[in-house]
Amino acid sequence: MRALRAVAAVLVFAVLGGCATTGTQPAGPGAAANPRDPFERWNRQVFAFNEGLDEHVMKPLATGYRNVVPELARTGIGNVFDNVTDAWSAINNFLQFKLEAGLGDTMRVMVNTLFGVGGLFDVAGDLGMPHYHEDLGQTLGRWGVPSGPYIVWPVLGPSALRESVALPLDRYAMPAAWIDADGVQLGLSALQIVHVRAGLLGASRLVDDIALDKYSFIRDGWLQRRRSLVYDGDPPPLPEEPDAAEPPDAPASSPAR
Amino acid sequence: MLHRFTTRVAAFGFALFAAAAQAQASAGAETLIKQVSTEVIDTIKADAAIQGGDVQKVIALVDTKVMPHVNFQRMTAAVVGRYWRQATPEQQKRLQEEFKTLLVRTYAGALTQVRDQTVQLKPSRNAATDTEVVVRTEVRGRGEPIQLDYRLEKNADSWKIYDVNVLGVWLVEQYRSSFAQEISASGIDGLIAKLAERNKAPARRS
Repeated sequence: MRALRAVAAVLVFAVLGGCATTGTQPAGPGAAANPRDPFERWNRQVFAFNEGLDEHVMKPLATGYRNVVPELARTGIGNVFDNVTDAWSAINNFLQFKLEAGLGDTMRVMVNTLFGVGGLFDVAGDLGMPHYHEDLGQTLGRWGVPSGPYIVWPVLGPSALRESVALPLDRYAMPAAWIDADGVQLGLSALQIVHVRAGLLGASRLVDDIALDKYSFIRDGWLQRRRSLVYDGDPPPLPEEPDAAEPPDAPASSPAR
Repeated sequence: MLHRFTTRVAAFGFALFAAAAQAQASAGAETLIKQVSTEVIDTIKADAAIQGGDVQKVIALVDTKVMPHVNFQRMTAAVVGRYWRQATPEQQKRLQEEFKTLLVRTYAGALTQVRDQTVQLKPSRNAATDTEVVVRTEVRGRGEPIQLDYRLEKNADSWKIYDVNVLGVWLVEQYRSSFAQEISASGIDGLIAKLAERNKAPARRS
């Protein structure tokens, strides 16, 4: 784990260093610089690297996993991962003073751990108990920490400064973080990543089909979705962007905005 | 005397009616969303061809059931942003057509998967007199509920959708910056060409 941390530290410096030199230049095709993505040039390179990794490693692994492991087993594996995520979510709900949701997630974990054989079965889901899916990035957002610039991490993908700060602790949403043996830890992390990727096989094909520019499509979707999550699906309207200062003609519509 | 009484009752009744009608002004938006969602789900449930993945039939369904309730011009104008005014009427028309095809392609896959889903309205903060409202819904089926929200505007007596939110992502905002990027790189015609090229590629089945 110490080695991983060292790698992470190097990466942080690499990113910050990369920003220092490329940050001022408008980047990307068309140079339509996005104020929320000042490191676009660097991010695009990491994104391209991740795409290559995905194409040659992640996607084949995920496809194999989906074809080889029976659906029932995959559901069980997913349930175990979800159970740990729910426990981390409960803590974050309490940190955000969302008592009801926090209790909900706590109950969920208890029910699934006790009656669902350590989380293998989602008994709570069958009882209609919802997940609340909070993480530390959202908690920080709730506390008023702004998202900061968009950052694409090697392997891990889309993130922002706030989420990156939360990342070392958000590891606790993964079972691997709770286990001491390095080998098991690595294996579990890998399994979880492959499992999640397998669930996204259909979605990634769809993005390939409909995005004009995959990089900005994923960036814009990710930023909006994170913001929505911080506000539990109902965020306040964004301040008008300079771009929108000249409002598009909305023919025959009311003047209210 | 009796006559005056009945007049008063009538006036009171009328006032009540007017108040109720006003309260329903923004409820109308919710009713519309509920009605359109139910119609679309019911149609798909009864149509084996759509469930089998017939994209042409999905397009026909969207054209007949959904598009009459969408102000698609406003939607496209919002996505194209400040460049919309610079576009000629012909370009605006092409942009609308290509954007619509792109969206139908986006959602066709999801629509062919509809089986036993139901749409539930969620509470919203709209005032009765609002002419632009957000209607929030949740699609429930197998697995986690899916957040699906709509922005609607009131024109005369009818409500029209001008933006859709799936899982926290507003469609107009989702496409705005990649459209701007494309236009500043290769102009409005460049964007139209790019959209047309995307739309011509065969949709891959998952």
